[in-house]
Amino acid sequence: MTTNVFDTRRYLRRRVTSVVMTGLCVACACVALVPLFSILWLVIKNGASAISLEFLTSLPTPVGEAGGGVGNAIVGTLMMVGLAALVGVPLGVGAGMYLAERGDGKLGSAIRLCAEVLTGVPSIVVGIVAYELMVRPFHRFSALAGALALAILMFPTLARSTEEVVRLVPRSLREASLALGVPAWRTSLKVVLRTALGGIATAILLSLARALGETAPLLFTALNNQYWNVRPDQPTASLTVQIFNYAISPYDDWHKKAWAGALVLMTMVALLSVGGRVLARNRALDGGGGP
Amino acid sequence: MSASAPATKLDVKDLDAWFGKNHVIKKVSLAVRENSVTAIIGPSGCGKSTFIRCLNRMHELIPGARLAGQLLLDGNDLYARGVDPVELRRRVGMVFQRPNVFPTMSIRDNVLAGFRLNGSHTKSDEHALVEQMLQRTSLWDEVKDRLDESAVRLSGGQQQRLCIARAIAVEPEVLLMDEPASALDPIATARIEELIDELKARYTIVIVTHNMQQAVRVSDDTAFFYMGELIEFGPTTEIFSTPKVQRTEDYVTGKFG
Repeated sequence: MTTNVFDTRRYLRRRVTSVVMTGLCVACACVALVPLFSILWLVIKNGASAISLEFLTSLPTPVGEAGGGVGNAIVGTLMMVGLAALVGVPLGVGAGMYLAERGDGKLGSAIRLCAEVLTGVPSIVVGIVAYELMVRPFHRFSALAGALALAILMFPTLARSTEEVVRLVPRSLREASLALGVPAWRTSLKVVLRTALGGIATAILLSLARALGETAPLLFTALNNQYWNVRPDQPTASLTVQIFNYAISPYDDWHKKAWAGALVLMTMVALLSVGGRVLARNRALDGGGGP
Repeated sequence: MSASAPATKLDVKDLDAWFGKNHVIKKVSLAVRENSVTAIIGPSGCGKSTFIRCLNRMHELIPGARLAGQLLLDGNDLYARGVDPVELRRRVGMVFQRPNVFPTMSIRDNVLAGFRLNGSHTKSDEHALVEQMLQRTSLWDEVKDRLDESAVRLSGGQQQRLCIARAIAVEPEVLLMDEPASALDPIATARIEELIDELKARYTIVIVTHNMQQAVRVSDDTAFFYMGELIEFGPTTEIFSTPKVQRTEDYVTGKFG
């Protein structure tokens, strides 16, 4: 018996199966997007009305007093994420470079394992560690302690994602440089790192976005502060902790401020993430040439 | 000037090379004459690429790679204690199978890469050097108006000629070419071959090729490798017309390989 190529019944059955399965996949994707959009919708609906220039630039006010905002918390968050980046970015990128370039031995595997374990450590535990290291010895909550906790959180993910993007640099480019009589360390720096720069920048932005959203490690390291503070050795306000305080209070006005704070935070995270994606896309465009 | 055969530039004596336990080059000895083109032919996996990678100490960069024997450049042992492989690679340049221009650099910076990456300066005027090298690789007319564009915009054949320009800009004495035309179309291949013919006046060239017609067209001497051993080495005309070993004859006449 030969198969009839023009058997329309078979063809129809396959068409129907295809359409049904595709429909199911699309439905799953839509369901997965529901939480995301409901969060966006709720935060914007409840927070947008409370956002004003005053909210963004002034100190929090006592209960019952109108106005007030999260100005000091924005400054505090930026200061702590900045300090954390100062330590975490060089360490993370450096470790990632090492893992990618020389990390095939025992030391490399050990570092990789440590980074993986560290990635899995709950952020509140990192907060406790920072408390023991920085708060107890100096008898003071401080932005530095908060920054240390954030840096510890940034380090492992940044190291691993740097390793990934550096490993993507083709071996042939390394060899091209070495064959020109360029020493290995210069090759790593000027060819490998330079070629992977876009990817590393993306990784840095994403790790900053992650640090920006952390609350637990800041609770008992930076604590909070009702006033303007730019001294890193003082307790410091952060957006996340401020949102937490507003949210657990019994006052409607404060709840509104919590939503508005959440909107500010989400916007900052979104900007960083979009920045990361744009960098990644540009890299894909200019790296894609060749035969 | 006498018309005698040119002096030996590279003298290979009893070279053995391994990857881990894999013995890939077995007791190979041959002499490369100065300002000549030596072709290395043989079936895939016979150790051709490994052999030329020993000549500029790129072989040792692969984890587990070892070698034994003597390699003399102008009579000096390349693997002697105290020889800096980095310095050596400035004297023995290399062009790879696939064009590997630096994607983050412009055409101009690719030519100058040997200086740029080392943080050193060209002896003469940079612009003059770029023009000279691109002229020498007959790329100048095609790219002179877009020297600051990214090198990845060039075609494959142009990229490979740029790689050659980059390799010769640091004025090496020996140029190693690992199947430089295998990723290129016939027209681009023809240009590379013309180029090799011009370049041998200045440099000593060792070229690995899969293409036997190419070996006949460009080389003065030919070495036939099989399973890591040097089966026959001699003037190209003899290797291809009157080989002494049966296996060489079988290979060059296309009976196997």
